[in-house]
Amino acid sequence: MEVETSSVRVKAHAGVTLDVAALEHALTHDTESSHAHVEPIGWKTGEVGAVQAIDRDASWTPKTRRSPEAVTQLIPAKPPPRKEPEVMAAAEHARASAVEAALGIGVGTPQKKKKVDPKRPGSGIPARRSIRVLMWARRASQVGFFSLFMYFLFQTGFHGSFAAKADTPVRLPLPVEAFLLADPFVGAMTVLSTHTVYRGLLWSVGLIALTLVVGRVFCGWICPFGTLHHFFGWILPSRKGRGAARVAANKTHERRQNVKYYLMYAFLLSAVAGSAIGGLFDPICIAVRAIGLGVIPGLQYVAHRGLGAVQDVPVRPLQAAADKTQDALASAVWGSHQFYFHQTWLIVALLVAVLFMNRFVPRFWCRVLCPLGAFLGVFAKFALFGMEKDHAKCTDCNLCLVHCQGADSPQGGVKWRQDECHVCLNCETACPEDVIKFRFLPNRTSALSAPALQRRTLLATTAAGAAFIPMARIADSLDVNYHAKVIRPPGAVEERAFLERCIRCAECMKVCPNNALHPALFEAGIEGLWTPILIARIGYCEHSCVLCGQVCPTGAIQKITEKEKLGLGVPPVKIGTAFYDHGRCLPWSMQTPCIVCEEFCPTSPKAIWVEEVEAPVRDSKPGPSGEQPAMLTVKLQRPHVDPSLCIGCGACEKVCPVQDQPAVYITSVGESRSKSNVILLENTNYNQKT
Amino acid sequence: MDAENRPGSETPCVPSESLSQKLTNPSRRELIKRVGLSASVLAASALVGRAVWDQGGFGAATSSAARQVRDYRLASSAADFAELAIAKPKPGDPEPTAEQLVRRVVEAMGGMKRFISRGDVVVVKPNIGWDRMPIHAANTNPDVVGAVIQLAFEAGAKKVVVADGSCNDPNRCFQRSGIWRKAYSLGAEVVLPAEHRFRTTRMKGEILDEWPIFTTLVDADKVINVPVAKHHNLAKYTAAMKNWYGVLGGRRNRLHQNIDVSIADLATFMRPTLVVVDAIRVLMRNGPQGGNIDDTKVLNTVFATVDQVAADAFGATLIGQHRDNVPYLKMGHERGLGTMYWETLRVKDV
Repeated sequence: MEVETSSVRVKAHAGVTLDVAALEHALTHDTESSHAHVEPIGWKTGEVGAVQAIDRDASWTPKTRRSPEAVTQLIPAKPPPRKEPEVMAAAEHARASAVEAALGIGVGTPQKKKKVDPKRPGSGIPARRSIRVLMWARRASQVGFFSLFMYFLFQTGFHGSFAAKADTPVRLPLPVEAFLLADPFVGAMTVLSTHTVYRGLLWSVGLIALTLVVGRVFCGWICPFGTLHHFFGWILPSRKGRGAARVAANKTHERRQNVKYYLMYAFLLSAVAGSAIGGLFDPICIAVRAIGLGVIPGLQYVAHRGLGAVQDVPVRPLQAAADKTQDALASAVWGSHQFYFHQTWLIVALLVAVLFMNRFVPRFWCRVLCPLGAFLGVFAKFALFGMEKDHAKCTDCNLCLVHCQGADSPQGGVKWRQDECHVCLNCETACPEDVIKFRFLPNRTSALSAPALQRRTLLATTAAGAAFIPMARIADSLDVNYHAKVIRPPGAVEERAFLERCIRCAECMKVCPNNALHPALFEAGIEGLWTPILIARIGYCEHSCVLCGQVCPTGAIQKITEKEKLGLGVPPVKIGTAFYDHGRCLPWSMQTPCIVCEEFCPTSPKAIWVEEVEAPVRDSKPGPSGEQPAMLTVKLQRPHVDPSLCIGCGACEKVCPVQDQPAVYITSVGESRSKSNVILLENTNYNQKT
Repeated sequence: MDAENRPGSETPCVPSESLSQKLTNPSRRELIKRVGLSASVLAASALVGRAVWDQGGFGAATSSAARQVRDYRLASSAADFAELAIAKPKPGDPEPTAEQLVRRVVEAMGGMKRFISRGDVVVVKPNIGWDRMPIHAANTNPDVVGAVIQLAFEAGAKKVVVADGSCNDPNRCFQRSGIWRKAYSLGAEVVLPAEHRFRTTRMKGEILDEWPIFTTLVDADKVINVPVAKHHNLAKYTAAMKNWYGVLGGRRNRLHQNIDVSIADLATFMRPTLVVVDAIRVLMRNGPQGGNIDDTKVLNTVFATVDQVAADAFGATLIGQHRDNVPYLKMGHERGLGTMYWETLRVKDV
């Protein structure tokens, strides 16, 4: 996935095939930009080991360049490179020529230790075999983990089974939320907000352990969102974004890259203040949310329309093939019916925006915004695996920078940023001069392992993170004017505890078989952005389904059983209560039989009961001589809700035939998780612990 | 293309002619070409516009497709066999299995070979409407469905397809009804109601005209209707005729405003080869969804007929209903779909 265009290679060649004369010439005649990458600097003195990093040396700026005289003084001090490229090329040429064979070998072969690859630029010293193997292992790992992530996302939905018995509890066979369980940023947020580690989130300690050994390999090798950015950072840059521009974009930009640390600390403080809003920025949450709620349903829509249009072509085999394709897609990828998600355009627009940023700054998300990357960066400081550089050998060819993912300063003359490095190993693979070495327990003389954060900025951002929560809560959305349409999934804990836990990962929305759960926009206040709410008009809560709790990684929705949900031996889980709008209801106001709501009411006994009435109704036609239409009598069943039995599943609202604004609708009041959002006295028990 | 500079151009190349004159006075050939091109583009756009011209009005959207009826009945009827076969527990055998009951009624009807020819594609249409288990009796008993599939294969069916358009989440309904597992184990093809399986069709209905139809259920040589007899709060009692709700897609909830006519319309549209009604466990109250085992009653009865109206008229008696209280029976009777006076048929208790 690295940029390896010929233009880059040419530039690289131009950069590294320098001899002293050419360098002198370039420096004395070309003073500005075009040769900026062959900037001579004082560390080329033959010394190996600790050097003053130029990006931390306050005295060094582009303006305080050394004069050409100083440079010419410096250059003779530099020992000639061990293997001159010209010599190597001559040797290569000589081998081809039979006449000069003896001479060529005589010049080229003495004291040669490493086999040199003539196709590589510079000295052409190949990277160690182990590193090349590891780099390919990394690519395989990225493809593998991304595929696994997508597979889990496709499997986040109940597809049924021909093998299951009628009484087998319906559960997903795979741990589809595994990536979230391994996410230590999610773990840290929920630890700070709830002071506990919820069930499978203990796996996130494993990822911390991995980071402590080998650094941020999660970012470079595992993270599906990172892989997506890696891919787009490769495919998106324009022609202008290659070569020198790419090198410039890949240099450590400390102020920019520190943003993610400030964000991370701000989100952690928000978690301390009682809300896991950091999930808005967690890369795994974004990937699940944007791909699961936007990209996959979008592709489904396109596929359905496209393959459906094939049915208009009067060719039988073609129609059958289109049907078979739709069957396969429905069973393996997205399910049997189209999924819609409330206001998901915003989620997709932000995904597109952040992917597009790769055009300007490769892996912009990973370097600048990712709070999980920052969190892992804190631990990468202690990593045992890392980089050593032999600055003296660096010829400033910048090939490492062309391929760098983390913008972690792999090039010679500056200190490597351990906390920014994704351990993709591209730099060592690209380096033709034997400068970069990854190894366990490297010497740390040329590494920086922590960001230089501005204390004031840090304080300001974390304070903002902490202050955001009370600010959002006094904006009336939670305590005094609870929104009637904030209907949480069954098994959701009480709203405050819910906000402590919900990371907006959208797993529950993706898994919901009836498309009932949706990302809230501002229904739950600004704090509740993209938390799950049930929109019964689009889908109702399936009576015996507990899948949302099964996939919830943080326990915002508890893993309830069917017995608990249906209320076998215990009170059932209620998520709201149904109400009739008599003015719109067919039997109530239009004297028309209906009661689909009663038919769909899943509780037993039914929460919707019908009253048999004989109601007067006016005939639609006037009498024979134009008099007033006659009055008739119809037998009707008029529905009523028993609030003590209603569980608020919304099946009635979903199936109400009054299409635009249903005659029966649910609101959150009466939800069993709350002791205050209630109607009935018997459910209001302040002595009971919430 | 610059005509002036081309060799052999009709315009004589006058060297003294100034550049501006050349630009302002195109040659005749050039003129014809340019005007001709403009004219042909204009003509093409006019033709395309005329071809796809929409004159507006409500009539434009009305479908002109022919109204359809799907009739899978046998052409001839044999005189010796039962017209309504009812299998109940015998004194010596108080708990017959579902398979025994189904075999008995089908045998009394003349055997499955009478209805199914070798190589037929047979659709078995059970009721898989609800996310309920067999014990709740809201869906057809999986053993009854299994016995019908078994008989169809024994009679030489090439393929047996089991499908229904469910009310609840289909995956859940098919799995938890036990029918998916049963049908799959017998080698039948189970088709869940995916959106692309529905196509708009015109039915010969009084209130049902254009509706999306579950094509899997109608693309067959023979169709066997295998409903469950149960209580229905609005329609009083439902089984065979109401089972065709499962062929409809779209927003079925509107049908309830005139449930009797819509049931009669559907029974007009779908005329199955055979009806095998499951009354092994019958939902007596809180239908059609039920959910409470106490609302069900074990009757261990299966009955078969080709007359959907008679099937429902007889079935209604099982839950204590009478045909006069069930308006769709009268409509079916009057439309000539069958007889609501099931006693007039050759009834065989087996």
